Amino acid sequence: MEHGSYTDLSKSTFSLMDEDHTFANSVRFTLNQDPRVTFCGYSIPHPSENRVNVRVQTTGDPACEVLKDGCQDLMLMCQHVRSTFEKAVNDFKTSKTGDHMDIV
Amino acid sequence: MSESDDSMSEIDAQEQNHSNGVGGGIPDYIMNLDNIPAKLPTHLELHKTRVICNIDAPQHTDPINYSGAYAALGVDNSVRLDNFCQNFKVEVKRFTDEDIEFDMIGIDPAIANAFRRILIAEVPTMAIERVYIANNTSLIQDEVLAHRLGLIPINADPKLFEYPDNAGGENNEKNTIVFKLHVHCVKGQPRITVKSDALKWLPNGSELIADDTKPNAESKPKTFTSFRDNHDSKKKFAKNPPAPKNLDIILAKLGPGQEIELEAHAVKGIGKTHAKWSPVATAWYRMLPEVVLMEDVVDEMAEELVSKCPAKVFDIEDIGEGRRRARVVNARACTLCRECIREKESEDGADKAIVIKKKEWEDLISLRRVKDHFIFTIESTGAISPDVLFTEAVKILEDKCERVITELS
Repeated sequence: MEHGSYTDLSKSTFSLMDEDHTFANSVRFTLNQDPRVTFCGYSIPHPSENRVNVRVQTTGDPACEVLKDGCQDLMLMCQHVRSTFEKAVNDFKTSKTGDHMDIV
Repeated sequence: MSESDDSMSEIDAQEQNHSNGVGGGIPDYIMNLDNIPAKLPTHLELHKTRVICNIDAPQHTDPINYSGAYAALGVDNSVRLDNFCQNFKVEVKRFTDEDIEFDMIGIDPAIANAFRRILIAEVPTMAIERVYIANNTSLIQDEVLAHRLGLIPINADPKLFEYPDNAGGENNEKNTIVFKLHVHCVKGQPRITVKSDALKWLPNGSELIADDTKPNAESKPKTFTSFRDNHDSKKKFAKNPPAPKNLDIILAKLGPGQEIELEAHAVKGIGKTHAKWSPVATAWYRMLPEVVLMEDVVDEMAEELVSKCPAKVFDIEDIGEGRRRARVVNARACTLCRECIREKESEDGADKAIVIKKKEWEDLISLRRVKDHFIFTIESTGAISPDVLFTEAVKILEDKCERVITELS
């Protein structure tokens, strides 16, 4: 759900259901890194309700596009984290079995 | 690094930095600076990348990740995705069946915390949810026994199962695992301790009759689950039948003449609903500690420093001519107890020389944390291997992003 002006698309608030600090803080971080963003923050209106409001203000690009790009960046970061982690675990496993074989 | 001399200029630069960061727009010439990597002054770089732990409170704890934070200095603070991919590293330090300790370098606390939260609350597992009690004459009340059964970790892969349809869908072999517990302490026998190894897996589904209608000769009586084919036929359960992970968990104690007969159904769920579905005993992270000696610590003060630290971070080295110097050998073990910079109150007020020396501990040792280096530890309850758990957690964050992207388009 996007709450914003119909004429000025560069500033709006996105109200996300079924989300909490886990996702909102991560997407706020990726949005802050984007040079097109002048202001970005999130708030949780009430802790009993599973809703997050993300506010995005940009230098001219539509806020919706910038948020989408932020989510895409976060997805790519996660994929990179996953592949790096799996590679590191495999390296650790092979190095450990290599040590065992040397000892024997 | 000359950090000991410019305390006043640090504060001035910091105030200027904060006011510019909040200011707003990015000047055009920043965009042209992409090819020229402008560096921050050393003391600002220190504030940006390290948390300085003083004796009263930590300083510079906020990660300054607003892209225009250093705009007035002409430095671009934005981190592009390719920069992140180049700088990000993972090093596994310890890996067993039950826990893993690894270092993540180059990541932000927001994302590390997101992984920790997902590991604790949103990775699904199987746990006992419904308990049908046929007979319970023990001293343990029904609800207490059912609660204890729910907390037992079950060794079953949740990816093979679906979430139960709570709107009244049928409980079939795709979403339920059925266990049975029947223990009877006969009069004359000694007391029995009921442990979790008494739970028997029923691959054919529930055996308790649900309806009051008389069963026909042709059809089977209706039970609490409707299994079409039994789990035995599935090869995935052949080598690894679902069972409690730890077989020595005490569930109840029976005296002579007491009996427990019940059927427990395990379903898939996440930790947010109830903590029994959490796949980790716990998962935590800490930032890498960095201990820096600003000046040389020699002779008796070196010995005192080495003896003060309970985590054995310091060690003595000889520098010739009978003189000894203290050296940081194991900064990673530092627990930030701050014993090394604590001022002891001297009992003898007249001994001025020693009091003056002790006042300088804070200036000699700088305790810091590296802001983007996290030491992650994951302790699994045993159902899922810890490296699989972390991969699942990252996948769940990706799914969240995808859901939001589809909602926006």
